[in-house]
Amino acid sequence: MTTKIVTSKSAPAKEVEKDASMVKQKEMMAAHYDRLTSAPETGEKVCATFVPGNLNELIMCFGLVNNLPEVNAIQNGLRRQSGSYVLEAEKIGHSEDVCTYVKSDVGMMAKGNIAPNGKKFPNPDVLLLSYTGCFTFMKWFELLREQYKCETIMLHTPYMGDGKITKNMIEYMVKQLKDDVIPTLERISGVKFDIDRLRENLRKSTRAEDDLVRVLQSAKNKPSPIDGYFGGIYYIGPIFGAFRGTDDAIDYYRFLRAEVEERLAAGKGPVTPDGDMPKERYRLVVEGPPNYTHFRQFWKMFYDEGAVVVASSYSKVGGVYDFGFRHDPDKPLETLAEYCLGVYTNRNLPQRIDMLTNYVNEYEADGLLINSIKSCNSFSAGQLLIMREVEKRTGKPAAFVESDLVDPRYFSAANIKNRLESYFQMIEQKRASARAA
Amino acid sequence: MKTFVGIDLGSTTTKAVLLDEDSQIIGRGITNSRSNYGTAVRVASQEAVIDARSTLFRRALTEDGGLGTNVENFLSSLDRAVRLEQFLEQLDDLEETCSGQVKGERFAKVEAGVREALVEVFRRLREEAPALYAPGSKRKSDFFRDIAGSRYHTFAEDIARDAGLPYDLLLNVYDKSIIEVENRPPAGDPRDKFRRALARVMEEDASFKSNASDLLPIFERTLAIELDETYLVGTGYGRVTLPFSKEHIRSEILCHGLGAHMMYPKTRTVLDIGGQDTKGIQVDPSGIVENFQMNDRCAAGCGRYLGYIADEMNMGLHELGPLAMKSDRPARINSTCTVFAGAELRDRLSLGEKREDILAGLHRAIILRAISIISRSGGVTDEFTFTGGVAKNEAAVRELRKLIKENYGDVTININPDSIYTGALGGAEFARRAHFSEPDGSNA
Repeated sequence: MTTKIVTSKSAPAKEVEKDASMVKQKEMMAAHYDRLTSAPETGEKVCATFVPGNLNELIMCFGLVNNLPEVNAIQNGLRRQSGSYVLEAEKIGHSEDVCTYVKSDVGMMAKGNIAPNGKKFPNPDVLLLSYTGCFTFMKWFELLREQYKCETIMLHTPYMGDGKITKNMIEYMVKQLKDDVIPTLERISGVKFDIDRLRENLRKSTRAEDDLVRVLQSAKNKPSPIDGYFGGIYYIGPIFGAFRGTDDAIDYYRFLRAEVEERLAAGKGPVTPDGDMPKERYRLVVEGPPNYTHFRQFWKMFYDEGAVVVASSYSKVGGVYDFGFRHDPDKPLETLAEYCLGVYTNRNLPQRIDMLTNYVNEYEADGLLINSIKSCNSFSAGQLLIMREVEKRTGKPAAFVESDLVDPRYFSAANIKNRLESYFQMIEQKRASARAA
Repeated sequence: MKTFVGIDLGSTTTKAVLLDEDSQIIGRGITNSRSNYGTAVRVASQEAVIDARSTLFRRALTEDGGLGTNVENFLSSLDRAVRLEQFLEQLDDLEETCSGQVKGERFAKVEAGVREALVEVFRRLREEAPALYAPGSKRKSDFFRDIAGSRYHTFAEDIARDAGLPYDLLLNVYDKSIIEVENRPPAGDPRDKFRRALARVMEEDASFKSNASDLLPIFERTLAIELDETYLVGTGYGRVTLPFSKEHIRSEILCHGLGAHMMYPKTRTVLDIGGQDTKGIQVDPSGIVENFQMNDRCAAGCGRYLGYIADEMNMGLHELGPLAMKSDRPARINSTCTVFAGAELRDRLSLGEKREDILAGLHRAIILRAISIISRSGGVTDEFTFTGGVAKNEAAVRELRKLIKENYGDVTININPDSIYTGALGGAEFARRAHFSEPDGSNA
């Protein structure tokens, strides 16, 4: 099931095969933005919320449309709009070091708040913050509250400082859900909470989650049929965005899994913007978010050298399924709490180190690469330490490159390419000396 | 014989190193990178080949023993004579090119005068050339552009004044020609150059002439050795512009690591401060890079910072270190932003701080930044090798020694006078290993 699409951007025009999952995702995104921007006409109410630990299944119980500011910032980065938005935000008074997702969002609002479909974003009716380790989110919503004068709900997720989830933590969160989150959402939406509806949504989530995990873990194969970072960012779109718990998500991940299994059977490598990757030469684990303003250029630096990312922490940014967690319809509120608690940025450093070490070992990677984001403290803090420790435990070389989320000024292509090339050659050298030994 | 070439294309200079089969350095060459990397590579390689011939002479003469302790004298005379020959050849080229520029409307009324003036300028340049290459004479630079340029200007100014010609016409002719000449790799048979040089040496020194019957056969035998360019590896920022296939290109980080290891086999940490980047590199006992960090997004605190300070203070780059050494109370300066450096400097001067104290503070600031990069790459492990242009600056070295001791205790710090060739040396060794399919040749 493939559709042929001719790209108009680069001459000579090249035919790119779009897989069914790609077409499906595109349709889903377009439909979602249309639903969102026509909310003022349809009367649907809008809930703004963040990706990590989002409560999409719950939000849907109240018929609210979900709007995710980070995803909007990412879209603006990919569409080369974020640069001017960031400047606009700086003009308003946000300093150079503020998270560029925030600045892109603030700048976008200042410049008319236009969605990717060219229509105006609706004002949110409620801001729902499930706080999962990123302090900036709290400040961000303070700004939005000031702007929109709307209600704000904060679900506080305790930090996993000791590396485990306790009964108390779950109870604390469930109490917040019962006493605060749910009643407020009922009041704003005018819809009574129905726990069976939540169970049904959660049941759907689980089905999509199973397929996603199969897809991401297919990278354990050699060659890997997917890229778990650059490709992975597309794969996590629906599940961490507005679609977890929907039939659309189930369909998307079913298509995706079938495609990946087909590639696997055919012994094919990942799909890249330039077609199939011919030969896998390096297998990497990547830590940290990607750069969106030069996403393709950055990715090309990898696939041109035959480098595949087999696992990444960023593809777990919305929630971590590696250790068996799935949404559980039998414990609807507890499972929401557990989901938020397990988010990558809510895990302590030893847990992150364990996770990355396991990835290097289980996915038989050549090493760990860190893309450190200038304006992202929740990821950057401790990254050098993480690097040293993973290096020590795996005996595999690690490297460090630096860029930014959506601020184009912090992407120095020559510098990054230089480091990546050095890293690939370093791996090559290590292999050669291992062969000789 | 087989030779293995490493080329390091830096932002300022291009370096070449020639190795023999036993990893021994037989030749080094350096030239300014210009805007033309292709030519820079050819010029640097040719310099290295000339240097390699000298090494071969040294080997042959030492083995022969006929010249006794006079070998070094002979070789340095020969080296100077070869350089003189090369300079004269390039002068011929420059004169011809200049004369080709004398045409068109601007020269309508003065063409004959300008031509005459050019003949006279070049006569004087040739006349004083031998003195430039006489024993003990100091040249400001070894690059043709620098030597020929400043003398041309001086002569042209005098001659134009005497002849009543516009000086700027002569300048213009030169400016248009020098780039062309510089971008033309030296022509002519290199062996003939050596023969002419030898004749010159014999002419000048009777003691060598009396040995002619012994020297000549050795000389010709050595000249007859073909220096095959068996394998070449390019590195440095300009490497992507090299017309080489991928297996002939290595990252400068790996080349620096290996080069430092070859100079000092016990090296485990390398610091390189170049014109536009600072690298901290960790290598294992066999010179394989284990980790590295380099400056990101901004070249603050790199070599160019000192260049900028020198310009601001109207001093030569090499004068900064000695002046800073006079300070015993370095100013506290934290910013390493090159753009802000000028303002910082003027501000402090206006506050009455001493020049040497400010300079010492600036040196300390760049070393502090380098120390931060090293620590992020994994700290300092004994032994520590410092390379790059800034390693030649004694004030920077003094601060580095201090900070290394404070942070990492007693560590052996190696600084090689030829450290500018570290990257090229690593490249040449990669080339040698690749040819013999040794491990770490890294041919995937």
